Amino acid sequence: MYCWLTAVLLLWACSVGAAEWSGELAVEARLFPYDPLDSRQHGANGSVAFEPEFFHDWQDGQQRFAWTPFIRWDQGDKERTHWDFRELYWRKSFASAELYLGARKVFWGVTESLHLVDVINQTDLVENLDTEDKLGQPMVQLTLLRDWGTVDFYLLPYFRERAFAGTKARLRGPVAVADKAVYEADAEEWSPHGAVRWSHYIGDADIAVGHFYGTGREPRFLPGPEDLLPHYDLLHQTSLELQYIWGDWLGKLEAVRRDGIDGSSLAAVGGVEFTQVGILSSAADLGWVGEYQYDNRDAPFFPVGDNDIAAGLRLTFNDVQDTDILAFVAIDTDKGSRFGSVEGNRRLGQSGELRLEGRFFAEVDGADPLFFLRRDDYLQLEFIHYF
Amino acid sequence: MINYLSKRLSWFVAGLLLAPLALSAETPEERGLAIAVEADRRDTGFGDFKAALKMVLRNKHGQQTERNMRVRTLEQADDGDKSLIIFDNPGDVKGTAFLSFTHKQDTDDQWLYLPALKRVKRIASSNKSGPFVGSEFAFEDLSSQEVEKYTYKYLRDENFDEREHFVVELDPVDPKSGYKRQIIWVDQAEYRVWKVEFYDRRDALLKTLTVSDYRQYLDQYWRGHRWQMINHRTGKSTELVWEDYVFGNGFADSDFNRNSLAKAR
Repeated sequence: MYCWLTAVLLLWACSVGAAEWSGELAVEARLFPYDPLDSRQHGANGSVAFEPEFFHDWQDGQQRFAWTPFIRWDQGDKERTHWDFRELYWRKSFASAELYLGARKVFWGVTESLHLVDVINQTDLVENLDTEDKLGQPMVQLTLLRDWGTVDFYLLPYFRERAFAGTKARLRGPVAVADKAVYEADAEEWSPHGAVRWSHYIGDADIAVGHFYGTGREPRFLPGPEDLLPHYDLLHQTSLELQYIWGDWLGKLEAVRRDGIDGSSLAAVGGVEFTQVGILSSAADLGWVGEYQYDNRDAPFFPVGDNDIAAGLRLTFNDVQDTDILAFVAIDTDKGSRFGSVEGNRRLGQSGELRLEGRFFAEVDGADPLFFLRRDDYLQLEFIHYF
Repeated sequence: MINYLSKRLSWFVAGLLLAPLALSAETPEERGLAIAVEADRRDTGFGDFKAALKMVLRNKHGQQTERNMRVRTLEQADDGDKSLIIFDNPGDVKGTAFLSFTHKQDTDDQWLYLPALKRVKRIASSNKSGPFVGSEFAFEDLSSQEVEKYTYKYLRDENFDEREHFVVELDPVDPKSGYKRQIIWVDQAEYRVWKVEFYDRRDALLKTLTVSDYRQYLDQYWRGHRWQMINHRTGKSTELVWEDYVFGNGFADSDFNRNSLAKAR
């Protein structure tokens, strides 16, 4: 059925005059310097991803059709070999409202080290640990634009399960995650749910308040006969986002209250960001980020940022190739576990980009979910061609 | 309201200054301000425009790279302009969009749309002295020029390219500016800026901007289609080539908010 849909979309897309195609092709290599915990897990790994993007506007931009399929082939992990419609939607704009129908990606949040309030889309966790890759979420979204802010209503008719690394892959738990999930909602993934969010800015302050009700995106794991069973429970999540700009300083806060099957819990992440413009009389900027992460959930949830301090440096060269480097370390203040991350980007020519990424796990405590990743430090080199 | 009053007041002052121009014993500061106010008056009322912008960056070896973007601007009655910049090229920044509200008095408001994350990010505008997308133009060189952002001093008249110019010194009011002063050459017939010298905080000549290929729109508003910025310290240069200017698009404030930023293509 998807093949037919794709074929019809392709034919239509090619026939439309003012339409626009673009996209990217990415080739990636990951090196794991340490032997895996489980001998079935792979070592160095290659992967290729293709993400074309099509959109067409008509009626003077009042209507849009957008389609962003995504497909990845992975050498060592059949779970990471996957495809998705990142976006497939139609939008209609009104005088002070917007209506979206279809699969979309929606971002909520302000902080840098953790995306706590970002609840609309399921995380495409096999793509990257950073939780910034998302699966397209089917939705009806109504946006109302008012003087007193923007209100978004989301009706989310279908739930998408989180993907987890397969047996042969690195960056996974000690036991495979079962393909079949367990739901609290009777209708399982077809249980309709929804969300609403008000966002506004007043002077140098940005604020947003949201509420989500539905099947939570983050599963808890219960032991099954041979593997781990992901349980997806119903969740009420109320969220707050705040950002304030004071000269070169930014203050940021995200907080959530979650009410579900295990009672209620609180989590927050907040901190400051400071940018030095033109360091050492060069064109480069140096940004400092310091954030604190708190989460009071207990097992069987294993929040990584339960009582952690994250500190980061972002060096932006402001050169012709837009080179930048982001280095980050997160330290668990209870358990002493450390997680480090380095990312670098540089443009190659007019249509290429080179990305370097490193993730490091150190002194990981046995009670920390990162414990299972303690031998999965990796270096990743990715080349992206844009067309 | 304060902006409104100050604008009214500066018009009033300008009227006072300009009327008895010949016989007054006005100071160089008053005369410089009067020139700035007149240049501003002549460019007031354009409403909105959109244009395509090609940016050519050249290093001292002559190697060049190009960027393409589209610019939409909406004039505000009592404040600085609202602008939206959409990047088309190079590929890794395609779809990135930048929204700014310039203010006469306060620091500007700026938002960035990151298409990969679908994230609208409010950013600090204290980077005004920093380079705009790796070019020789700083953010402050490209943001809307408001009379209130500088103090002025008329220096002299000067003739070149068969035009008579006023030469005026501009001192930025904001201590975050990367410049101690700018010297501008404004032609006396149409009040168009043809040349700007930028002096860094140590008062050394840093950059020179030359504007050419002026064309008139709506029988009133002049736009230079080529801006050549040369950095004397690095030998690098950036050329801005403006194309496809369209005025009277009927833009509204609702075309310049976080929502329109996120759907700009």
